[in-house]
Amino acid sequence: MLRAFKADLHIHTCLSPCADLEMSPRGIVRKAQEKNLEIVGICDHNSAENVLALKDAARDLPISILAGMEVTSHEEVHILGLFDKPAGALRLQEIIYGHLPGENNEEAFGLQVVVNAAGEVQRFNTKLLIGASTLALEKVVSLIHSLDGLAIAAHVDREGFSIIGHLGFIPDSLSIDALEISAAISREEAQQRFGGRWPLTASSDAHSLDEIGRASTSFWLAEGTVSEIRMALLNREGRKVLN
Amino acid sequence: MKVKNIIEKLSLNVLTAPDKLDIEVSGGYASDLLSDVMANARPRNIWITLQTHQNIVAVAKLRELAAIVLVNNRTPEPETLKSAEEEKVPLLVTGDSAFTISWKIHALLEHED
Repeated sequence: MLRAFKADLHIHTCLSPCADLEMSPRGIVRKAQEKNLEIVGICDHNSAENVLALKDAARDLPISILAGMEVTSHEEVHILGLFDKPAGALRLQEIIYGHLPGENNEEAFGLQVVVNAAGEVQRFNTKLLIGASTLALEKVVSLIHSLDGLAIAAHVDREGFSIIGHLGFIPDSLSIDALEISAAISREEAQQRFGGRWPLTASSDAHSLDEIGRASTSFWLAEGTVSEIRMALLNREGRKVLN
Repeated sequence: MKVKNIIEKLSLNVLTAPDKLDIEVSGGYASDLLSDVMANARPRNIWITLQTHQNIVAVAKLRELAAIVLVNNRTPEPETLKSAEEEKVPLLVTGDSAFTISWKIHALLEHED
């Protein structure tokens, strides 16, 4: 049976150096429930190391955690990769790590905390997660697709780190699945500016608990999975993006 | 000053459109945000950037820019080269940083007359 699912596909955890340390698995899940979210995409910068902890924290709860990552291409464009199988996100992580130079400076950029479901510190990631990978935008998108993921251009309404801000427009040849808009723009305005060729999804890009759900997308789906969302973006088999 | 004079004086490497270097340069613009270049570069500007994505060719064409200078010896994507050749947009390369090459080009243009 198809029904509406409220989704926030772009949430950071305490692994992202720029995110609040309060972004623990249980904290995120609790806030997501408060906001009536049933689908949550976990997308840290260039890493997926907290995805399994989030899945663990949401176990037995009516909330689907999607394994994801916010990849930085060498043009410094942010692309979300979302996967049904955590293995897809972890494989992407392995490839990104192989193309991500530099080491984190905790004082300059912040802590990168790998935690378990209870929020206990497991270790500190030392990669320069805030940096850019050496992979071109097209390569990032094709990698995500090759791992059966969904590739969404992040916060296209912003100038910084967005495909439109950095590259002026979306290349015709790019097989992106959707454009994400931020909480800073209304759906109506976004539809005028970016609508037409690509479906739009709104998400919070939350870096702190109070930002979770500040923008969201309702999908008409059978269940809260990436493959269902893919069908909705393509308007297939009754699945659709509601608003 | 023409694009070809700047190339000669600063030993820039010409990657594409060697037959399109006779254009008189109106000034320079340095930016890596293509949205900004689309909004603010002027026709026949020489554009200094480190972006190598194929969209730079379309932006140069759209704004009628004289040439693109890629800094720090950046290597463009194959699609960028192909597109620049087809669209007759000169892609030039320097080992200098954007700061240094901007300063050098500015000095050339300033002392022209």
